[in-house]
This record gives sequence, structure tokens and C-alpha cells, in this order.
Amino acid sequence: MSGRESPLRAAALNALLGVVILILLFPFAWMIMMSLKTQVQNTAATPVWLFTPVLDNYRNVIERNNFLVFTKNSLIVALAATSIGMVLGLPAAYAIARFKQRGLSLWILVSRIIPYITFLLPLFLVFTRLGMIGSYAALIASHLIITLPLIVWITIAFFEDIPTDLEEAALVDGSSRAGAFVRIILPLVAPGMVTAGILAMIFSWNQFLFSLILGGPNTKTVPVAVFNFLSYGSQDYGAIAAAAVLITLPIILLSLTVQRYIVKGLTAGGVKG
Amino acid sequence: MSLAPTSTSARRRPSGRGFSAWLDRHLRWVFPLPAVLALFALTILPLIFNLVLSTQERSVSTALPSSFVGWGNYTAALQDPRFWNSVKLMFQFTLIAVPAQMLLGLGLALLLSRNMRASGLVRAVVLLPMISTPVAVALIWALMMDPNLGVLNYFLQTLGLGRSLWLADARLVIPALALVDIWQWTPLVSLILLAGLQTMPDEPFEAARIDGASPWQVFRFVTWPMLQPALFAALTLRLIDALKTFDIIEVMTQGGPGNASETLNVYAYHTGFEFLRVGYTAALLTLLLVTVAVVAVGVNLLRRRA
Repeated sequence: MSGRESPLRAAALNALLGVVILILLFPFAWMIMMSLKTQVQNTAATPVWLFTPVLDNYRNVIERNNFLVFTKNSLIVALAATSIGMVLGLPAAYAIARFKQRGLSLWILVSRIIPYITFLLPLFLVFTRLGMIGSYAALIASHLIITLPLIVWITIAFFEDIPTDLEEAALVDGSSRAGAFVRIILPLVAPGMVTAGILAMIFSWNQFLFSLILGGPNTKTVPVAVFNFLSYGSQDYGAIAAAAVLITLPIILLSLTVQRYIVKGLTAGGVKG
Repeated sequence: MSLAPTSTSARRRPSGRGFSAWLDRHLRWVFPLPAVLALFALTILPLIFNLVLSTQERSVSTALPSSFVGWGNYTAALQDPRFWNSVKLMFQFTLIAVPAQMLLGLGLALLLSRNMRASGLVRAVVLLPMISTPVAVALIWALMMDPNLGVLNYFLQTLGLGRSLWLADARLVIPALALVDIWQWTPLVSLILLAGLQTMPDEPFEAARIDGASPWQVFRFVTWPMLQPALFAALTLRLIDALKTFDIIEVMTQGGPGNASETLNVYAYHTGFEFLRVGYTAALLTLLLVTVAVVAVGVNLLRRRA
């Protein structure tokens, strides 16, 4: 796939790539700059490029808007939806990989094609009837729609990579199949579990619609809190930018650790509804 | 395990009794069962329930009685100008965003497939737009597209192009939203295509070089045909997601100005959770679902013929 390039051609292509990267990065850079400027600088007629950074916007968002409470809610929901997704999803993925139950993985398509709001409307009615709106349980259950298929899909590939000899050896040694799964196979797919877990956390963290409708005042997640904060007609640009930075930062850090698998995750799961 | 006497292992072979042996014999069904039941309860049942709801005149409030109206909600939707407007906008958005993403994504994939020193770093940068929280993406673009203070208008003016109203202009709002979608999802297209490029064998390229093919000929007759599977995968994915776009639109414009960016997904959300017309919303969602499914199947038929 590699052709020989003249130095001139290489320089031109690198410059082009540089421009593309600049465009992709600019919104992030601008967001960070806005979050570090004062309101006066942010509302200046000509953009202010050089300034002394201030942290007031972050202080505002974190102290006045219960940002840490919402972060805690997001973490509870994401961790629970991911853990339950793992407990349910790993055995399923193993069985699909070992017994070639491709038909079973069809449900991924269901969660991929159907707009999330189609599940949400009935779930909303049921949870309302059960008095569960605003509970962590309702949010976690809805986030399972995202995390479970994603975990199954990603880990199937990892289970398929493990040679069957290893389990057969364990079976000969007198282990049960289920025992071999727990003691031999799971430790071997640890990297796959980490990848699937981090991607599931990211998608749960990013989820907006389920949290918006099924969450309550005490279970509001970060994206919903920031959305509300904006729709109250806030003109505090620096604070909005600071909030955007605070939502984005954790997932950027997390995603860098599973960089290589992100495309697989995005292709399998479904990020939006 | 070395401590276990051989007699126990003989007893625990699949022919034995007890839970462990039973589990081993039925592992193929028992292992996936919890996940299947959970997804049945969370996706298939709601889907069926949604179909039932779509035949009813019903409000979220239980105080009001619900009644069976059969196809009523569907015929109402087909006579609703706001429904047709939302369908038109949904396709407008998709037909601006997706072709642009495919084209730019292909270009970026070709740029990324060259041998570079910092390729790991570059790929990490390319990931950023698509893993970012949609609400944060929407907020930051809304600030950049602010007609008075937004930095995009500053750039336009510096280039001598004059200011734009962006999201506040009924004719520009869909292209402006599509621009955000293009920024966010072009990287995914390019990474899928890049994966396709990297799995290609070297031989056809060497053969073409020996035959003295020009770079364009190599692309047209070697790269392009081999890239088809990746192209269709990216196209299917992006079409499905673009038709369903919700977060960005709802956060940036709430469907406005007026109804100028109220795509079907957003319209359904408003009828369902603002006006609480459950039955009608369910019908809108079924129509959306059918549209997305038809498009997905259509692209796949195209793939078979290609």
C-alpha cells in the first residue's frame, strides 16, 4: 500500500494533513480558551487570542451548579450499567464465539438500527407506572440497552482469538466447562474486558436522551445537567465552555487507553439514538 | 488443581449428575440466556409495546382513557404537514452530511494511510470528535456559530465573506447542523476506510506499478474495487445514524427556528415528551424505524450488486 513519494509531494500532503488536524482540533482548542477567559474577553467583538487564563469559570460551574453531584450520578450509572453488562454479556459472548451462534448476535442489529426514543417511550410509560422515574434503577436499565450489546459484540472477537486447546486441556484435567470459563478463559480475555468496559463507560457517560427523560432531580447526569444549565438562558459563555471541557476531559483520557479498539466499538454498538 | 485426585475429575465429566454437569451440557443456551432475556425485556418488548401504542389514542396521563384507533395515528401522520416537513428535513440533513463525510473521509483515509512517523498521535487526534459527548459538541459549536460573537463569523469576515446567521437562519440551519455532523463523523468514515486500506494485499499494487499505472489508475482500478466492503460498511453506518440524529439538533436548536430543523426524530420527541401525545408519537417512531430499515436494507442490496 506504500508508494514512493517525492519530497515535494510528501511535504504538500503533510501540510494538507496538518490543516485537517487543525480543523478537527480547533473546536477543542477554542472551548478550552473560552473556559479560561473572562466574560468580557468572551464577548469581545473581535476574538481575544492572547490572555491571562483565569479559573473562575471552572469554580463557578463546580461550586454553583453541583457539578460533582452530577458527576457522581453519571459515574454510578455508567459503572453499574457496565458491570451488569459484563456479568450478562461475557457468558453470552463466550457461548456465541464457541458455538458459532451467529443468529444470537442479531439483536445487535436491533439496538443499532432502531432509534433509542422508540425504546424510550414504552420504557417511560412502564417506569412511570412503576414509580421508577428518577431512580438509578431506571437509568441503569436503560443504559444497559447501550452497554450490553456493545460488550457482547466487542468481546466475541476476543473470545474467538483464544485457541480451544486451552479449555480442552482444562476439561481433561477435570474442570467443568463453566469452571474453565471462569478460571482459564476470562483471565485470558482481560484485555478485551478492559476495552469493552471502557467503551461501554464512555457511551453511557455520553448518553443524553435516556438520562434526560428517565432521570430525576437527584439522578441527573452530567450531560443533562449541562443541557439544563444552557436552556435556562445562560449567557455565561465561559461557564458553558468550562462545563463542556469538564464533560469531555474524562472520556478523552479514558479513550486514549483503548484507542485501537474504538472504531470496532463505534461500528458495533451505536453511539447515538 | 494438581491437588485434586483423579477420581474426582472422572466423576465430574459431563456424564455426571448435579448442577455443574447439567450446566456443562446446556452451556450453549444457559450462558446467553440472561443477556437474551435482558435485551428482550429492554428492546424487543418495548418495540412491540410501541407498535401497540401506535394504534391507540393515548396520553401519558393515566387520568385520560385510552382508546383503540387502529391506523388512525398513521393516517393522521400522513396528513400532517409538520410530519412531512420533518421527513424532508431528515433527508436534507442526511443527504448533505453523509456524502460529504464519505468524500472527506476517503480523502483523509488516503492521507492517513501513508507511512508517517507520528501516525499513532495523528490517529488519537482523529478520534477526538467522535468520542466527545454530543451535548458538549453541540454546546461548543453553538457558541462558535453565535451570529454576533461566534468565532466562525469572525473567520468568515476575515476571509471577506460577510457574516452568517448560522442556526438562526431557517434556510441555513440544516446545512449548519450538517456541518457539525461532518466534523464529528468524518473521522469514523476515514478510520473504517483506513482499516480497509491496511488489510489490502501488496501484490496488486506492485503489479500495477510494474505495469506503469498512474496514481489515479492505481486508485481507480486497484484500490477502489478492493475498498468497496469498507465503503459500504461506513455508508450503512452513517446513513442509519444521520437519519436518527437527535442530541446535536435538540441541544443546538430544539428544532428551530420555527420548525426549520425539526427532523422526524426531534418532532417525535416533541410530540411525545412535550405534548405528551403517546399514540401519535409511537406511530411517528414506527414510520421513522421503517424508513431507517428500508434505507439500511437498500444499501445492503446495493452492496450485493456491486
